[in-house]
Amino acid sequence: MAVQDIDIADLRKITELVQNRYGYDFRNYAMSSFKRRMLRILELKNLSVENLLKKLNETPGFIDEFLDELTVNVTEMFRDPGFWRVMRDEIIPGILLNHKQFKIWHAGCSSGEEVFSMAILLKEMGILDDVTLIATDLDTNILDKAKSGSYPIKNMELNEKNYIRLEGKGSLKDYYKEENGRAVFDKSLMRNVSFRKHDLVTGEVFNKFDLILCRNVMIYFNQALQNEVLKKFHESLFKYGYLAIGSKESLIWCDIATKFIVVNNEEKVYKKIKD
Amino acid sequence: MNKYNLNNSYKAVVIGGSAGSFQGIVKILSQLPKGFPLPIIMCLHRLKHVRNGFVEALSLKSVIQVTEPYDKEPIRKGGVYLAPSNYHMSVELGNYFALSTEEMVNNSRPAIDITLGSAAFAYRDRLVGILLSGANRDGGLGMKYIKDKGGLTIVQDPGECMIDTMPRAAMALTKIDYVIAVDQIVEFLKELDKQYR
Repeated sequence: MAVQDIDIADLRKITELVQNRYGYDFRNYAMSSFKRRMLRILELKNLSVENLLKKLNETPGFIDEFLDELTVNVTEMFRDPGFWRVMRDEIIPGILLNHKQFKIWHAGCSSGEEVFSMAILLKEMGILDDVTLIATDLDTNILDKAKSGSYPIKNMELNEKNYIRLEGKGSLKDYYKEENGRAVFDKSLMRNVSFRKHDLVTGEVFNKFDLILCRNVMIYFNQALQNEVLKKFHESLFKYGYLAIGSKESLIWCDIATKFIVVNNEEKVYKKIKD
Repeated sequence: MNKYNLNNSYKAVVIGGSAGSFQGIVKILSQLPKGFPLPIIMCLHRLKHVRNGFVEALSLKSVIQVTEPYDKEPIRKGGVYLAPSNYHMSVELGNYFALSTEEMVNNSRPAIDITLGSAAFAYRDRLVGILLSGANRDGGLGMKYIKDKGGLTIVQDPGECMIDTMPRAAMALTKIDYVIAVDQIVEFLKELDKQYR
Protein backbone atom coordinates (compact mmCIF):
# COMPACT_ATOMS: atom_id res chain seq x y z
CA MET A 1 0.00 0.00 0.00
CA ALA A 2 1.62 3.24 -1.10
CA VAL A 3 1.70 6.15 1.29
CA GLN A 4 0.57 8.63 -1.34
CA ASP A 5 -3.15 9.26 -1.73
CA ILE A 6 -5.37 9.99 -4.70
CA ASP A 7 -8.46 12.14 -4.37
CA ILE A 8 -11.92 11.43 -5.73
CA ALA A 9 -11.72 14.21 -8.34
CA ASP A 10 -8.64 12.57 -9.89
CA LEU A 11 -10.28 9.15 -9.85
CA ARG A 12 -13.22 10.67 -11.68
CA LYS A 13 -10.97 12.19 -14.34
CA ILE A 14 -9.48 8.77 -15.02
CA THR A 15 -12.82 6.95 -15.19
CA GLU A 16 -14.25 9.61 -17.49
CA LEU A 17 -11.35 9.38 -19.89
CA VAL A 18 -11.46 5.59 -19.96
CA GLN A 19 -15.19 5.68 -20.57
CA ASN A 20 -15.19 8.33 -23.29
CA ARG A 21 -12.23 6.96 -25.15
CA TYR A 22 -12.53 3.21 -24.65
CA GLY A 23 -16.12 2.54 -23.56
CA TYR A 24 -15.36 0.87 -20.22
CA ASP A 25 -17.46 2.11 -17.34
CA PHE A 26 -15.76 2.06 -13.94
CA ARG A 27 -17.94 4.74 -12.36
CA ASN A 28 -19.76 2.26 -10.19
CA TYR A 29 -16.83 0.23 -8.98
CA ALA A 30 -16.52 -0.03 -5.18
CA MET A 31 -14.53 2.98 -4.08
CA SER A 32 -11.96 1.64 -1.64
CA SER A 33 -10.64 -1.18 -3.80
CA PHE A 34 -10.83 0.94 -6.97
CA LYS A 35 -8.72 3.59 -5.30
CA ARG A 36 -6.15 1.01 -4.21
CA ARG A 37 -5.99 -0.37 -7.77
CA MET A 38 -5.32 3.12 -9.12
CA LEU A 39 -2.61 3.78 -6.55
CA ARG A 40 -1.12 0.43 -7.45
CA ILE A 41 -1.06 1.27 -11.18
CA LEU A 42 0.55 4.64 -10.49
CA GLU A 43 3.19 2.94 -8.38
CA LEU A 44 3.84 0.01 -10.75
CA LYS A 45 4.10 2.23 -13.81
CA ASN A 46 5.77 5.00 -11.87
CA LEU A 47 3.33 7.62 -13.13
CA SER A 48 1.64 10.72 -11.75
CA VAL A 49 -2.11 11.08 -12.28
CA GLU A 50 -1.39 13.59 -15.03
CA ASN A 51 1.00 11.25 -16.79
CA LEU A 52 -1.44 8.37 -16.48
CA LEU A 53 -4.15 10.47 -18.11
CA LYS A 54 -1.74 11.47 -20.86
CA LYS A 55 -0.67 7.90 -21.48
CA LEU A 56 -4.27 6.66 -21.61
CA ASN A 57 -5.07 9.44 -24.05
CA GLU A 58 -2.09 9.12 -26.35
CA THR A 59 -1.08 5.45 -26.26
CA PRO A 60 -4.02 3.30 -27.44
CA GLY A 61 -2.28 0.00 -26.62
CA PHE A 62 -1.83 1.02 -23.00
CA ILE A 63 -5.50 0.39 -22.19
CA ASP A 64 -4.97 -3.40 -22.19
CA GLU A 65 -2.13 -3.10 -19.71
CA PHE A 66 -4.24 -0.71 -17.65
CA LEU A 67 -7.21 -3.10 -17.53
CA ASP A 68 -4.94 -6.00 -16.66
CA GLU A 69 -3.62 -4.17 -13.59
CA LEU A 70 -6.91 -2.58 -12.65
CA THR A 71 -8.91 -5.79 -12.46
CA VAL A 72 -8.10 -8.08 -9.57
CA ASN A 73 -6.71 -11.32 -10.90
CA VAL A 74 -5.99 -13.13 -7.69
CA THR A 75 -7.65 -16.51 -7.82
CA GLU A 76 -6.94 -20.13 -7.00
CA MET A 77 -8.14 -23.56 -8.08
CA PHE A 78 -10.92 -25.06 -5.96
CA ARG A 79 -11.06 -21.98 -3.72
CA ASP A 80 -13.40 -22.98 -0.86
CA PRO A 81 -13.27 -26.77 -1.39
CA GLY A 82 -16.63 -27.04 0.37
CA PHE A 83 -18.19 -25.05 -2.46
CA TRP A 84 -16.84 -27.47 -5.06
CA ARG A 85 -18.10 -30.42 -3.05
CA VAL A 86 -21.57 -28.88 -3.07
CA MET A 87 -21.28 -28.42 -6.85
CA ARG A 88 -20.24 -32.04 -7.35
CA ASP A 89 -22.56 -33.70 -4.85
CA GLU A 90 -25.70 -31.54 -4.99
CA ILE A 91 -25.98 -28.85 -7.64
CA ILE A 92 -24.72 -30.61 -10.75
CA PRO A 93 -26.56 -33.87 -9.96
CA GLY A 94 -29.66 -31.66 -9.53
CA ILE A 95 -29.20 -30.21 -13.02
CA LEU A 96 -28.59 -33.68 -14.47
CA LEU A 97 -31.96 -34.88 -13.18
CA ASN A 98 -33.62 -32.73 -15.82
CA HIS A 99 -31.00 -32.23 -18.51
CA LYS A 100 -28.53 -34.61 -20.03
CA GLN A 101 -26.61 -31.69 -21.48
CA PHE A 102 -26.23 -28.25 -19.99
CA LYS A 103 -24.39 -24.94 -20.12
CA ILE A 104 -22.22 -23.10 -17.59
CA TRP A 105 -21.06 -19.48 -17.65
CA HIS A 106 -17.96 -18.45 -15.72
CA ALA A 107 -18.49 -14.69 -15.51
CA GLY A 108 -15.29 -12.78 -14.74
CA CYS A 109 -13.11 -15.87 -15.17
CA SER A 110 -9.77 -14.09 -14.70
CA SER A 111 -6.81 -16.44 -15.33
CA GLY A 112 -9.14 -19.43 -15.57
CA GLU A 113 -8.44 -21.36 -12.36
CA GLU A 114 -12.14 -21.84 -11.65
CA VAL A 115 -12.79 -22.95 -15.24
CA PHE A 116 -10.11 -25.62 -14.94
CA SER A 117 -11.48 -26.57 -11.53
CA MET A 118 -14.91 -27.06 -13.05
CA ALA A 119 -13.55 -29.01 -16.04
CA ILE A 120 -11.67 -31.35 -13.70
CA LEU A 121 -14.77 -31.80 -11.56
CA LEU A 122 -16.90 -32.59 -14.62
CA LYS A 123 -14.29 -34.98 -15.96
CA GLU A 124 -14.21 -36.85 -12.66
CA MET A 125 -18.00 -37.02 -12.79
CA GLY A 126 -17.70 -38.49 -16.29
CA ILE A 127 -19.78 -35.74 -17.92
CA LEU A 128 -17.22 -33.34 -19.35
CA ASP A 129 -18.55 -33.92 -22.87
CA ASP A 130 -22.11 -33.15 -21.86
CA VAL A 131 -21.36 -29.64 -20.69
CA THR A 132 -20.68 -26.45 -22.63
CA LEU A 133 -18.66 -23.88 -20.70
CA ILE A 134 -18.36 -20.23 -21.62
CA ALA A 135 -15.79 -18.21 -19.69
CA THR A 136 -15.69 -14.44 -19.99
CA ASP A 137 -13.61 -11.54 -18.76
CA LEU A 138 -13.10 -7.95 -19.87
CA ASP A 139 -9.33 -8.24 -19.64
CA THR A 140 -7.92 -9.70 -22.86
CA ASN A 141 -4.45 -10.28 -21.41
CA ILE A 142 -5.85 -12.42 -18.65
CA LEU A 143 -8.03 -14.34 -21.11
CA ASP A 144 -4.87 -15.25 -23.04
CA LYS A 145 -3.36 -16.56 -19.82
CA ALA A 146 -6.51 -18.53 -19.08
CA LYS A 147 -6.46 -20.08 -22.56
CA SER A 148 -2.85 -21.14 -22.15
CA GLY A 149 -3.76 -23.13 -19.03
CA SER A 150 -0.27 -22.61 -17.66
CA TYR A 151 0.34 -21.50 -14.08
CA PRO A 152 3.42 -20.85 -11.97
CA ILE A 153 4.36 -24.10 -10.25
CA LYS A 154 4.54 -22.31 -6.91
CA ASN A 155 0.76 -21.81 -7.02
CA MET A 156 0.19 -25.53 -7.24
CA GLU A 157 0.84 -26.26 -3.58
CA LEU A 158 -2.23 -24.28 -2.53
CA ASN A 159 -4.27 -25.62 -5.47
CA GLU A 160 -3.29 -29.19 -4.59
CA LYS A 161 -4.25 -28.63 -0.93
CA ASN A 162 -7.67 -27.40 -2.02
CA TYR A 163 -8.07 -30.39 -4.33
CA ILE A 164 -7.21 -32.78 -1.49
CA ARG A 165 -9.79 -31.11 0.76
CA LEU A 166 -12.34 -31.48 -2.01
CA GLU A 167 -11.55 -35.23 -1.99
CA GLY A 168 -11.06 -35.46 -5.71
CA LYS A 169 -10.57 -38.82 -7.41
CA GLY A 170 -6.83 -38.69 -7.92
CA SER A 171 -4.14 -36.07 -7.62
CA LEU A 172 -4.16 -32.65 -9.23
CA LYS A 173 -0.85 -33.72 -10.79
CA ASP A 174 -2.83 -36.08 -13.03
CA TYR A 175 -4.03 -33.03 -14.95
CA TYR A 176 -0.86 -31.08 -15.62
CA LYS A 177 2.76 -31.47 -16.71
CA GLU A 178 5.61 -29.52 -15.28
CA GLU A 179 7.42 -27.48 -17.95
CA ASN A 180 10.01 -24.77 -17.19
CA GLY A 181 8.70 -23.99 -13.74
CA ARG A 182 5.09 -23.93 -14.86
CA ALA A 183 2.18 -26.30 -14.49
CA VAL A 184 0.73 -26.79 -17.96
CA PHE A 185 -2.75 -28.25 -17.85
CA ASP A 186 -4.05 -30.91 -20.19
CA LYS A 187 -5.59 -29.10 -23.18
CA SER A 188 -8.29 -31.74 -23.55
CA LEU A 189 -9.91 -30.39 -20.37
CA MET A 190 -10.77 -27.29 -22.38
CA ARG A 191 -12.38 -29.05 -25.34
CA ASN A 192 -15.83 -27.70 -24.50
CA VAL A 193 -14.74 -24.34 -23.16
CA SER A 194 -14.84 -21.11 -25.08
CA PHE A 195 -13.14 -18.04 -23.67
CA ARG A 196 -14.65 -14.72 -24.74
CA LYS A 197 -14.12 -11.08 -24.03
CA HIS A 198 -17.19 -9.71 -22.27
CA ASP A 199 -17.70 -6.77 -19.92
CA LEU A 200 -20.34 -7.44 -17.26
CA VAL A 201 -21.00 -3.73 -16.90
CA THR A 202 -21.58 -2.70 -20.52
CA GLY A 203 -22.07 -6.11 -22.17
CA GLU A 204 -25.40 -7.50 -23.35
CA VAL A 205 -27.06 -10.73 -22.30
CA PHE A 206 -25.73 -13.20 -24.89
CA ASN A 207 -26.97 -16.69 -24.01
CA LYS A 208 -28.99 -18.77 -21.55
CA PHE A 209 -27.39 -20.98 -18.93
CA ASP A 210 -28.19 -23.65 -16.38
CA LEU A 211 -25.46 -22.49 -14.01
CA ILE A 212 -23.61 -19.20 -13.64
CA LEU A 213 -20.49 -18.88 -11.51
CA CYS A 214 -19.48 -15.36 -10.56
CA ARG A 215 -17.56 -15.68 -7.34
CA ASN A 216 -15.76 -12.72 -5.83
CA VAL A 217 -16.27 -10.55 -8.91
CA MET A 218 -19.21 -8.37 -7.95
CA ILE A 219 -17.45 -7.41 -4.70
CA TYR A 220 -15.60 -4.85 -6.83
CA PHE A 221 -18.89 -3.16 -7.76
CA ASN A 222 -21.03 -0.82 -5.71
CA GLN A 223 -24.54 -1.89 -4.85
CA ALA A 224 -26.23 -0.10 -7.73
CA LEU A 225 -23.99 -1.87 -10.20
CA GLN A 226 -24.40 -5.20 -8.42
CA ASN A 227 -28.13 -4.83 -8.95
CA GLU A 228 -27.64 -4.15 -12.66
CA VAL A 229 -25.36 -7.12 -13.15
CA LEU A 230 -27.65 -9.42 -11.17
CA LYS A 231 -30.50 -8.44 -13.49
CA LYS A 232 -28.38 -9.64 -16.39
CA PHE A 233 -27.59 -12.89 -14.60
CA HIS A 234 -31.27 -13.42 -13.89
CA GLU A 235 -32.05 -12.92 -17.56
CA SER A 236 -29.19 -15.22 -18.58
CA LEU A 237 -30.46 -18.12 -16.47
CA PHE A 238 -33.09 -20.66 -17.47
CA LYS A 239 -35.88 -20.90 -14.94
CA TYR A 240 -34.61 -23.11 -12.08
CA GLY A 241 -31.03 -22.42 -13.12
CA TYR A 242 -28.37 -21.80 -10.48
CA LEU A 243 -26.26 -18.79 -9.57
CA ALA A 244 -23.12 -19.21 -7.45
CA ILE A 245 -21.48 -16.20 -5.81
CA GLY A 246 -18.61 -15.85 -3.34
CA SER A 247 -18.96 -17.17 0.20
CA LYS A 248 -19.02 -13.63 1.63
CA GLU A 249 -21.38 -12.18 -0.96
CA SER A 250 -25.12 -12.09 -0.46
CA LEU A 251 -28.26 -11.26 -2.41
CA ILE A 252 -30.01 -10.02 0.76
CA TRP A 253 -29.67 -6.34 -0.12
CA CYS A 254 -30.33 -6.78 -3.83
CA ASP A 255 -33.49 -5.90 -5.76
CA ILE A 256 -33.59 -9.26 -7.48
CA ALA A 257 -33.48 -11.35 -4.28
CA THR A 258 -37.18 -12.27 -4.46
CA LYS A 259 -36.67 -14.05 -7.77
CA PHE A 260 -34.17 -16.47 -6.29
CA ILE A 261 -34.16 -18.92 -3.42
CA VAL A 262 -31.12 -19.94 -1.40
CA VAL A 263 -30.12 -23.50 -2.18
CA ASN A 264 -26.98 -23.54 -0.06
CA ASN A 265 -26.42 -20.66 2.31
CA GLU A 266 -22.93 -21.63 3.47
CA GLU A 267 -21.58 -21.77 -0.09
CA LYS A 268 -23.93 -19.13 -1.51
CA VAL A 269 -25.70 -21.00 -4.27
CA TYR A 270 -29.03 -19.57 -5.42
CA LYS A 271 -31.74 -20.87 -7.72
CA LYS A 272 -33.86 -18.76 -10.05
CA ILE A 273 -37.51 -19.45 -9.25
CA LYS A 274 -39.28 -16.59 -11.03
CA ASP A 275 -38.91 -15.08 -14.49
CA MET B 1 -12.48 12.17 35.90
CA ASN B 2 -11.90 11.84 32.21
CA LYS B 3 -8.44 10.32 32.10
CA TYR B 4 -8.31 9.96 28.32
CA ASN B 5 -9.90 13.30 27.48
CA LEU B 6 -12.68 11.72 25.42
CA ASN B 7 -15.90 12.99 23.91
CA ASN B 8 -18.83 11.46 22.06
CA SER B 9 -17.84 12.37 18.51
CA TYR B 10 -16.32 8.98 17.65
CA LYS B 11 -18.07 6.80 15.08
CA ALA B 12 -16.11 3.56 15.26
CA VAL B 13 -13.28 1.60 16.88
CA VAL B 14 -10.92 -0.44 14.70
CA ILE B 15 -8.65 -3.09 16.16
CA GLY B 16 -5.73 -4.85 14.49
CA GLY B 17 -3.78 -7.77 15.87
CA SER B 18 -1.73 -10.80 14.95
CA ALA B 19 0.45 -13.31 16.78
CA GLY B 20 -0.18 -13.07 20.51
CA SER B 21 -3.24 -10.86 20.22
CA PHE B 22 -5.96 -13.46 20.75
CA GLN B 23 -5.99 -13.26 24.54
CA GLY B 24 -6.02 -9.48 24.45
CA ILE B 25 -8.95 -9.47 22.06
CA VAL B 26 -10.84 -11.96 24.19
CA LYS B 27 -10.26 -9.81 27.27
CA ILE B 28 -11.49 -6.69 25.47
CA LEU B 29 -14.59 -8.37 24.06
CA SER B 30 -15.48 -10.10 27.33
CA GLN B 31 -15.26 -6.89 29.37
CA LEU B 32 -16.93 -4.58 26.90
CA PRO B 33 -19.78 -2.60 28.50
CA LYS B 34 -23.20 -3.94 27.50
CA GLY B 35 -24.69 -1.82 24.76
CA PHE B 36 -21.34 -0.37 23.69
CA PRO B 37 -22.41 2.44 21.36
CA LEU B 38 -19.90 2.16 18.51
CA PRO B 39 -19.15 -0.51 15.94
CA ILE B 40 -15.97 -2.45 16.68
CA ILE B 41 -14.21 -3.42 13.48
CA MET B 42 -11.48 -6.02 13.84
CA CYS B 43 -8.87 -7.24 11.44
CA LEU B 44 -6.82 -10.08 12.88
CA HIS B 45 -4.33 -12.25 11.05
CA ARG B 46 -5.70 -15.74 10.77
CA LEU B 47 -5.30 -19.01 8.93
CA LYS B 48 -6.20 -18.46 5.32
CA HIS B 49 -8.03 -21.67 4.68
CA VAL B 50 -9.86 -22.16 7.91
CA ARG B 51 -13.10 -20.35 7.26
CA ASN B 52 -14.99 -21.46 10.34
CA GLY B 53 -14.23 -21.59 14.03
CA PHE B 54 -12.48 -18.32 14.72
CA VAL B 55 -15.53 -16.12 14.94
CA GLU B 56 -17.26 -18.77 17.06
CA ALA B 57 -14.28 -18.90 19.44
CA LEU B 58 -14.36 -15.13 19.84
CA SER B 59 -18.14 -15.04 20.26
CA LEU B 60 -17.98 -17.52 23.16
CA LYS B 61 -16.27 -14.94 25.32
CA SER B 62 -17.65 -11.76 23.84
CA VAL B 63 -20.42 -9.73 25.41
CA ILE B 64 -21.68 -9.06 21.90
CA GLN B 65 -22.00 -11.60 19.07
CA VAL B 66 -19.06 -11.30 16.65
CA THR B 67 -19.91 -11.48 12.94
CA GLU B 68 -17.92 -11.70 9.74
CA PRO B 69 -19.66 -9.22 7.49
CA TYR B 70 -20.82 -9.85 3.96
CA ASP B 71 -19.68 -7.63 1.14
CA LYS B 72 -21.66 -4.32 1.23
CA GLU B 73 -23.12 -5.12 4.66
CA PRO B 74 -24.18 -1.94 6.50
CA ILE B 75 -22.14 -1.17 9.63
CA ARG B 76 -24.39 -1.05 12.69
CA LYS B 77 -23.75 0.84 15.91
CA GLY B 78 -22.77 -1.67 18.54
CA GLY B 79 -21.92 -4.40 16.01
CA VAL B 80 -18.68 -6.34 16.47
CA TYR B 81 -17.15 -7.32 13.15
CA LEU B 82 -14.24 -9.54 12.17
CA ALA B 83 -12.56 -9.53 8.75
CA PRO B 84 -13.34 -12.92 7.12
CA SER B 85 -10.52 -15.29 6.24
CA ASN B 86 -8.89 -14.84 2.84
CA TYR B 87 -10.60 -11.47 2.15
CA HIS B 88 -9.43 -7.92 2.70
CA MET B 89 -12.07 -5.91 4.52
CA SER B 90 -12.55 -2.19 3.83
CA VAL B 91 -14.87 0.42 5.23
CA GLU B 92 -16.60 2.46 2.52
CA LEU B 93 -17.94 6.01 2.69
CA GLY B 94 -21.62 5.60 3.53
CA ASN B 95 -20.88 3.30 6.46
CA TYR B 96 -20.77 -0.18 4.98
CA PHE B 97 -18.17 -2.88 4.40
CA ALA B 98 -16.58 -3.94 1.14
CA LEU B 99 -14.58 -7.14 0.79
CA SER B 100 -11.92 -7.91 -1.76
CA THR B 101 -9.58 -10.69 -2.83
CA GLU B 102 -6.77 -8.40 -3.97
CA GLU B 103 -3.12 -9.42 -3.62
CA MET B 104 -1.87 -9.99 -0.10
CA VAL B 105 -0.51 -6.91 1.67
CA ASN B 106 2.34 -7.45 4.15
CA ASN B 107 1.93 -11.16 3.39
CA SER B 108 -1.55 -10.97 4.78
CA ARG B 109 -5.14 -11.25 3.62
CA PRO B 110 -6.96 -9.81 5.48
CA ALA B 111 -4.40 -7.02 5.87
CA ILE B 112 -4.71 -4.68 8.83
CA ASP B 113 -3.35 -1.72 6.84
CA ILE B 114 -6.29 -2.02 4.44
CA THR B 115 -8.98 -2.14 7.13
CA LEU B 116 -7.40 0.66 9.16
CA GLY B 117 -6.55 2.80 6.13
CA SER B 118 -10.04 2.61 4.62
CA ALA B 119 -11.64 3.27 8.02
CA ALA B 120 -9.41 6.33 8.47
CA PHE B 121 -10.59 7.63 5.11
CA ALA B 122 -14.27 6.99 5.93
CA TYR B 123 -14.33 8.18 9.56
CA ARG B 124 -11.47 10.72 9.55
CA ASP B 125 -11.00 12.23 13.04
CA ARG B 126 -13.91 10.24 14.42
CA LEU B 127 -12.04 6.97 14.62
CA VAL B 128 -10.21 5.16 17.39
CA GLY B 129 -7.48 2.78 16.16
CA ILE B 130 -6.07 0.07 18.42
CA LEU B 131 -3.12 -2.14 17.45
CA LEU B 132 -2.20 -5.18 19.54
CA SER B 133 0.58 -7.75 19.67
CA GLY B 134 1.88 -9.06 16.35
CA ALA B 135 4.90 -10.47 14.58
CA ASN B 136 4.92 -8.39 11.41
CA ARG B 137 4.64 -4.75 10.48
CA ASP B 138 1.11 -4.86 9.09
CA GLY B 139 -1.04 -2.21 10.75
CA GLY B 140 1.75 0.30 11.26
CA LEU B 141 0.88 2.21 8.14
CA GLY B 142 -2.82 1.92 8.93
CA MET B 143 -2.23 3.58 12.29
CA LYS B 144 -0.35 6.36 10.51
CA TYR B 145 -3.35 6.94 8.22
CA ILE B 146 -5.61 7.17 11.27
CA LYS B 147 -3.34 9.71 12.94
CA ASP B 148 -2.94 11.71 9.71
CA LYS B 149 -6.73 12.09 9.50
CA GLY B 150 -6.90 13.25 13.12
CA GLY B 151 -8.10 9.98 14.68
CA LEU B 152 -7.02 8.62 18.05
CA THR B 153 -4.29 5.96 18.20
CA ILE B 154 -3.63 3.31 20.83
CA VAL B 155 -1.11 0.46 20.82
CA GLN B 156 -0.70 -2.34 23.29
CA ASP B 157 2.32 -1.68 25.54
CA PRO B 158 5.22 -3.51 23.81
CA GLY B 159 6.36 -4.70 27.25
CA GLU B 160 3.13 -6.66 27.59
CA CYS B 161 3.04 -8.00 24.02
CA MET B 162 3.97 -11.58 23.28
CA ILE B 163 5.54 -10.20 20.09
CA ASP B 164 5.99 -6.45 19.87
CA THR B 165 6.94 -5.95 16.19
CA MET B 166 3.50 -4.69 15.25
CA PRO B 167 2.98 -1.98 17.89
CA ARG B 168 6.59 -0.89 17.50
CA ALA B 169 6.10 -0.52 13.74
CA ALA B 170 3.22 1.86 14.42
CA MET B 171 5.19 3.78 17.02
CA ALA B 172 8.01 4.26 14.52
CA LEU B 173 5.67 5.58 11.83
CA THR B 174 3.39 7.94 13.68
CA LYS B 175 2.42 9.53 16.97
CA ILE B 176 0.62 7.10 19.24
CA ASP B 177 -1.72 8.76 21.74
CA TYR B 178 -1.71 5.96 24.30
CA VAL B 179 0.77 3.12 24.74
CA ILE B 180 -1.08 1.02 27.30
CA ALA B 181 -1.72 -2.52 28.53
CA VAL B 182 -4.86 -4.42 27.56
CA ASP B 183 -6.41 -3.73 30.99
CA GLN B 184 -6.10 -0.01 30.31
CA ILE B 185 -7.54 -0.48 26.81
CA VAL B 186 -10.58 -2.03 28.49
CA GLU B 187 -10.73 0.92 30.87
CA PHE B 188 -10.42 3.29 27.92
CA LEU B 189 -13.37 1.64 26.15
CA LYS B 190 -15.47 1.82 29.32
CA GLU B 191 -14.73 5.51 29.56
CA LEU B 192 -15.53 5.98 25.89
CA ASP B 193 -18.83 4.19 26.49
CA LYS B 194 -19.71 6.65 29.29
CA GLN B 195 -19.47 9.58 26.87
CA TYR B 196 -22.53 8.28 25.05
CA ARG B 197 -24.75 7.63 28.09
